[in-house]
Amino acid sequence: MASSHGTPPVFNNKVVAWIDHRLPIFSYIEKEYHTFPTPRNFNYFWNFGAIATVMLVLMIATGIVLATNYTPHVLMAFDSVERIDRDVPQGWLIRDLHMNGASFFFIAVYIHIFRGMYYGSYKAPRELLWILGVVIFLLMMATAFMGYVLPWGQMSFWGATVITNLFSAIPVVGESIVTWLWGGFAVDNPTLNRFFALHYLLPFVIVAVVALHVVALHIHGSNNPTGIDPKGPQDTVPFHPYYTMKDGFGVVVFLLVYAGFVFFAPDYMGHPDNYIPADPLVTPAHIVPEWYFLPFYAILRAIPDKLGGVLAMFGAIAVLFILPWLDTSRVRSATFRPIYKWFMMVLVVDVIVLGFCGANPPEGFWVPLSQLATLYYFFHFLILLPVLGKIERPLPLPPSIADAVLKKKAV
Amino acid sequence: MASSSIPAGGHSDPTRRDFLMVATGALAGVGAAATAWPFINNLNPAADTLALSTVEVNVTPIQVGQAVTVKWRGKPVFIRHRTPEEIKEAEAVPMSALPDPQTDNSRVTDTAKKVRPEWLIMIGVCTHLGCVPLGNKPGDPKGEYGGWFCPCHGSSYDTSGRIRKGPAPKNLVVPEYLFSTDSLVRIG
Repeated sequence: MASSHGTPPVFNNKVVAWIDHRLPIFSYIEKEYHTFPTPRNFNYFWNFGAIATVMLVLMIATGIVLATNYTPHVLMAFDSVERIDRDVPQGWLIRDLHMNGASFFFIAVYIHIFRGMYYGSYKAPRELLWILGVVIFLLMMATAFMGYVLPWGQMSFWGATVITNLFSAIPVVGESIVTWLWGGFAVDNPTLNRFFALHYLLPFVIVAVVALHVVALHIHGSNNPTGIDPKGPQDTVPFHPYYTMKDGFGVVVFLLVYAGFVFFAPDYMGHPDNYIPADPLVTPAHIVPEWYFLPFYAILRAIPDKLGGVLAMFGAIAVLFILPWLDTSRVRSATFRPIYKWFMMVLVVDVIVLGFCGANPPEGFWVPLSQLATLYYFFHFLILLPVLGKIERPLPLPPSIADAVLKKKAV
Repeated sequence: MASSSIPAGGHSDPTRRDFLMVATGALAGVGAAATAWPFINNLNPAADTLALSTVEVNVTPIQVGQAVTVKWRGKPVFIRHRTPEEIKEAEAVPMSALPDPQTDNSRVTDTAKKVRPEWLIMIGVCTHLGCVPLGNKPGDPKGEYGGWFCPCHGSSYDTSGRIRKGPAPKNLVVPEYLFSTDSLVRIG
């Protein structure tokens, strides 16, 4: 891309030089995280990739510690979690970090996804980078769902029952698939065991896909708020110290808010019913998933047909995979797309409305509202984006990133 | 397959080498599938889980109009001792009014083909997304059709456990059961 990639680094430390000659990890770090030319105009939305990475590491660290005290058995799981909270030294802290960490990981990732959509980061040549991101999102959802089952409370059990039953909507083989997922005839001990095994495995799969995501990112470099490519050294700064510092600042601010929840409202984003031990014979009156699944849960319930609801819910994520080809506009950043800019904000409102629909019982006006919001969600991706790219007249793009930045400064 | 190595204009007859490539590849594929099978089948219910698949219940203490819930295969099973009115109501429903048409008689027949309309035995799991419907306990809401009501997504079942209203696609499932005597029923 830019010129600062040219000369290989020279290491003064003999040990470092010896290792690097055989395994070039130091050259790699130097090239990808130090001199790496990065657009000079990032705003704070560009912090959330780094923030999400920090949350992933934090979830793995707290999760490994929790696993040393957790027992994946239907008779002992609930009590072992209570023991972590009450008896294990600092167990309460580690568990609250992990519980709220899941929520804050999703907050970071949802903002990161919004950033990608608003500034058109998914457009050529970054389509695979985007698709890898959607894969990470799916893996996170699976991991979070199975993690929520582990405390074996009422919401754990019935959440697992409802979600695994989604697969029974598949014609012919559905019931067999559900029995296979359960390892029995209902959600029971075999289910809890395998969910624990997978909940421990999947985060490391996420790490691997994140590595691919970063490799793909470093081929063409980051997008930026103008959406235009850097044209030379005047448009970029080295990643370190400029963005290591900016990311570091963003991470600290984010962790402050997170710590506020961990220490002062650890159960705010949870559900009280999950402190009742699981009972396979009594369904709670109102089953809701964790907040980060609510928009998708609303789409599931908006369709008055079992198979249709399941297809719509999975379809809501499937459209994200083909987003780079649905959006026909060649202008990346919404800054220069006067109509798309507003529809993007309408989509955000729509997803929040879906979230509220998912949190409320499917009665009264919530039913038509969730149907309307579901319709709009698919309208945005399948109709609006392809058409808008053809009819919208974008604003004139600045000649370069440096021009855009310096002009702004002059005003 | 090997067409790229054949000069332009040449006729690409499959060679002995092509055949060996395809045969080896196919064998490797079969081998991979055969190796994957134990890993996939390993997740199916184990022998001890399958062994828990019958339960015996003495129905003598259940009075007319009462219902009990027993656990079978980790799921609730409803056993309802129906009143004559409930039986009459269930039998009177025309098939055209049912989303999943089944006669009441077919739902109260045991595996020995003996019909006992007073005993309705069903898996107490809503066919929508697996919640346990209400209606077994005296104070429970029984829904618009006097049978069961699922609080999760609002499905209503009639006195034969057939779906009448709401998102559930099927009637409550009747498991295989056999009355070994008039008072003892084996489920599964």
